[in-house]
Amino acid sequence: MNCDGVIRRVSSYIDGELEATVVEEIEFDLRECQDCTILVQQTRLTVHLYYDSDLVDFPVEVEARLHETLRRKIRQDRK
Amino acid sequence: MYCVTLAVQSIQPGLLANLVKTLTLSTPNPHRLPSKVAREDEHLLVAAAKSGDITAFEELVNRYERKIFRLTMNITRNREDAEDAMQDAFMKAYSHLDKFHEDSRFYTWLVRIAANEALMRLRKRRPNQVSLDEPMEGEDDFIPQQIQDWGPSPEQRYAQTEMRDILRSVIDELPPDFRVVFVLRDVEGLSTEETADAVGISEAAVKSRLLRARLKLRQKLDRHFRQDGKH
Repeated sequence: MNCDGVIRRVSSYIDGELEATVVEEIEFDLRECQDCTILVQQTRLTVHLYYDSDLVDFPVEVEARLHETLRRKIRQDRK
Repeated sequence: MYCVTLAVQSIQPGLLANLVKTLTLSTPNPHRLPSKVAREDEHLLVAAAKSGDITAFEELVNRYERKIFRLTMNITRNREDAEDAMQDAFMKAYSHLDKFHEDSRFYTWLVRIAANEALMRLRKRRPNQVSLDEPMEGEDDFIPQQIQDWGPSPEQRYAQTEMRDILRSVIDELPPDFRVVFVLRDVEGLSTEETADAVGISEAAVKSRLLRARLKLRQKLDRHFRQDGKH
């Protein structure tokens, strides 16, 4: 497999979704190609950095309005 | 350490066990997916909420409100839309709790409702930017032109707040089509099938967009992380 083939499969490769024969071909390329090895490592790190990452603040006033809205809805439903 | 040891030694064994339990329960780690125990606990809370226990539903809201707001904000990139989508998602979850058959986790079900609410608002604001089509063959702008080493772990080179700012600014630059799939798959941890179901596209399209999203993000992070590029 050439480097272009590795790039197109890098996502499925790091997710472990490829068949064993394809994995073998990719890993053969990785042993030969420094660029592809770095690409796989960096893509894996990218996924790792974002996984369950807390990039959004949850303001207290947003939380308060949510609870108030839900309380109102529950009260209405119970009438 | 000495003070802690003394304090612990002066507590009776039963009280110590309770203290540990209290500390464990009152300090959940929001960065981890719920453990098996938490999942079983979630199942009990859902059962109680279904039978009309409002406190149980409130507990589910408290547990997931932060994550759901993160999701709706990550999809819409608009605070007003994100808040509306979150509120509507929890209200719909409450109204349709009897229709939740527990064939998936409550959290996954809730994420699907919230993703739909957020996508609806995003499509309304940017009608041409969130398509249901697969990317055209031959759209190769995601193929990296140049690959450079990032050097020692970027996680160690940047302070936590600095890293947070970088990750946030970079994900903001992703086209909405790709961002939505990436957020559901890689931030929220949904499966390919669940993501396809939530967005209304095929699993092949999810995989294709995820590949492009990951490679685009890597490319954008490269500006910050490459060894000679630290600002």
